[in-house]
Amino acid sequence: MMLPQASSLAPNVDHLFDTLLALCALVVIGVFTVMIVFCVKYRRGTDAIRTPAHRHMGVELTWTLVPFFLFMGIFGWSVHLWIKLRTPPKDAQPVYVVAKQWMWKVQHPGGQREIDQLHVPVGQPIRLVMTSQDVIHSFYVPAFRVKQDVLPDRYTQLWFTATRAGTYDLFCAEFCGTDHSRMRGRVVAMAPAAYARWLHAHQGTGLAAQGADLFRQLGCSGCHDPRSGVHAPHLYDLYGRTVPLADGSQVLADERYLHDSILLPKKQVAAGYAPIMPSFEGRIGEEDVLALVAYLKTRTHAAEDTDEHR
Amino acid sequence: MSTAEPARPRSYLEEGFGLRSWLTTHDHKRIGVLYGLGITFFFFLGGLAAALIRWELVTPAGDLLSAETYNKAFTFHGVVMVWFFLIPSIPATLGNFLLPLMIGARDVAFPRLNLFSWYLYMLGGLFTLACLLLGGVDTGWTFYTPFSTMFSNSHVLMAVVGVFIVGFSSIFTGLNFIVTVHTMRAPGMTWMRLPLFVWAMYAVALVMILATPVLAMTLALIGLERLFGVGIFDPALGGDPVLFQHFFWFYSHPAVYIMILPAMGLVSELITNGARRRIFGYKFMVYAIVGIAVVGFLVWGHHMFVAGQSMYASIVFSILSFIIAVPSAIKVFNWTATLYKGDIGFDAPMLYALGFVGLFMLGGLTGLFLAAAALDVNLTDTYFVVAHFHYIMVGGAVMAYLGGIHYWWPKITGRLYSEAWARFAAILMFFGFNLTFFPQYILGYEGMPRRYHEYLPQYQVWNVLSSAGATILGVAYLLPLVYLAWSLRHGARAGPNPWDATGLEWQTSSPPPPHNFEQVPQVTEGPYAYRR
Repeated sequence: MMLPQASSLAPNVDHLFDTLLALCALVVIGVFTVMIVFCVKYRRGTDAIRTPAHRHMGVELTWTLVPFFLFMGIFGWSVHLWIKLRTPPKDAQPVYVVAKQWMWKVQHPGGQREIDQLHVPVGQPIRLVMTSQDVIHSFYVPAFRVKQDVLPDRYTQLWFTATRAGTYDLFCAEFCGTDHSRMRGRVVAMAPAAYARWLHAHQGTGLAAQGADLFRQLGCSGCHDPRSGVHAPHLYDLYGRTVPLADGSQVLADERYLHDSILLPKKQVAAGYAPIMPSFEGRIGEEDVLALVAYLKTRTHAAEDTDEHR
Repeated sequence: MSTAEPARPRSYLEEGFGLRSWLTTHDHKRIGVLYGLGITFFFFLGGLAAALIRWELVTPAGDLLSAETYNKAFTFHGVVMVWFFLIPSIPATLGNFLLPLMIGARDVAFPRLNLFSWYLYMLGGLFTLACLLLGGVDTGWTFYTPFSTMFSNSHVLMAVVGVFIVGFSSIFTGLNFIVTVHTMRAPGMTWMRLPLFVWAMYAVALVMILATPVLAMTLALIGLERLFGVGIFDPALGGDPVLFQHFFWFYSHPAVYIMILPAMGLVSELITNGARRRIFGYKFMVYAIVGIAVVGFLVWGHHMFVAGQSMYASIVFSILSFIIAVPSAIKVFNWTATLYKGDIGFDAPMLYALGFVGLFMLGGLTGLFLAAAALDVNLTDTYFVVAHFHYIMVGGAVMAYLGGIHYWWPKITGRLYSEAWARFAAILMFFGFNLTFFPQYILGYEGMPRRYHEYLPQYQVWNVLSSAGATILGVAYLLPLVYLAWSLRHGARAGPNPWDATGLEWQTSSPPPPHNFEQVPQVTEGPYAYRR
């Protein structure tokens, strides 16, 4: 049984693996052969010549330096590949994953939701933005050679480009409690046209639209609206900007910052504002936070203007 | 083997016979034996848990154990094997027994502290057993937060207290060894004349006293977090769940070297004696031991390539992990070269030692796959990792430990065991071991995650082979228990030096007198005065 290579980087990973495997096999065969030859030739009672062996510093240096340079070669190759594995392409499409004991909840930007399944188009880089609602889990698709731990109250990401249509096993690889071994799912890679049909058939309200509803329902707009009497930031054009903080430092307003500002508002207070916002920790789940963050990312002055003209 | 019996002085075994004389002894040799008994008990207890795990995994469905019980079984297996068997095994038994003998000392530097360490070991063991009787713990031996601090309903505190206590036993043993090697060497026993086993014990002692306090601290933090919800690992309170992993592996990676360095030292003794040749490249072997002990502190992050640490941190930990493989490679080459032009006998200790070299190589080389971050992504948290560390820790440390027990058995007990049975057990063990763990490399490469109580049917064939191997391995581990016990009563008397070996421990009678030597030995040359 061979593991399928179903992502763009899987063949590269396998190539490195096979090379290292061949190298190790060579070393094992070499050393074992030498050991066996010595054990047979110099076993007690044979009349092999046992004159004192000459001792060379050169021998020690050779078998120290040769492995060292081999290891450094493999290391260099591995780092090159590692950086590729860790750097999502600019055009990678985000999909949001929330892990909880014991299921995978997936939300597409268009609002499609699934549980223990992830549909992706072949040929399109996908960037998973993942968080956990309880313990540490790990998102693992062997056929893609990708794995990433999923942490509570923090976003981690992984990316891949599926190259072959098919259904692949998805595992939780970090021990997460009683039903850890049942926290399995499937990744379905589809041809772009089939994927478009799937998206259409499972259309829900867009994630950002859900977030906009939540923004009103939870009362966020009450303070963060420009017309509000409460002194709170407006949150227009916030995503991707650098925000000065009350303690004099600065922070990039990325997904993590938005997430933490909703759940842990006292952690990084924006300069010029009193820390009066209540925490939403325990009141809303990670999926709602995702929707709010998605909405905040769309909340630009430009978008607001179009809304008002309508 | 020579079985001639010279007139023996009274041995340490005849110094007193009652239970009390053992439980209040300050003699390092008796304390070594006491440790040996405790450690053997825990080995078979941990082994029983391993057997349950392997039999459960014969079929893909969880039909033998419930998920809960399975999780508790692998946690108990890990906790017991790591802290109550692998870490203390060689240092606390053979180290205690041999270290003073090998450097020509009458005892360790602090004999009372030595006895106290054993009591701490037993006390820690009792807590762990109590934890098991109360219903066990299900976090895995790694106690990852926030599962262990906020989500597990099992007896985490009890388990953590047990490990916390046994940690102090380890610290005190380390302290004792360091002071002993520094202050109690016989006249003429310079640093570059120390046997490699003593060097390994010394290096390990340093690792023990530097790393173990970090473990104690970490476990104390788990306790605080569970009892009072302090928030160090709780993200909701501003804590960091991954911080625990840094603390934990800062101890637990060096801990791997606490297991393997003694084994390396010990195997050096066995191979040089088995081949009747001076060890090849003594100084390089010493530097390799020290190098491994030092660099071993700098590689903990290679357990966390996918845990959310930065890409650049992973690159640093990756290169350091490749570097630490160099001294390990040096050791393998030197052992092989020691065989060259030797006069090689294949008694049981030598078979164990050769088995060790083979298994250690397979374990060490697969470590390179895990050190390469790009490959580790696919392999980590799968059976590949399980196979890798069992090759090092069970294939390596346990084979060496058993080889050492066989080699020094005549010295410890004054008796010879059945050589035929011992050779049979060593070969059976090697076969059983490979059948158990080699299939796990393949399982891991094919993506089977570790700690799975149920698995997909495509993984069954390799699991069945692995479980069959484990059953054979279990039998092979039981054999020495039988024939060694038999030798205590029926074995032939061993002379002072049945292996015709050169170390100081062979210059005194078997078993040695209470204070080791009739006269303080004088050392005039380096170790291993076999042929060049």
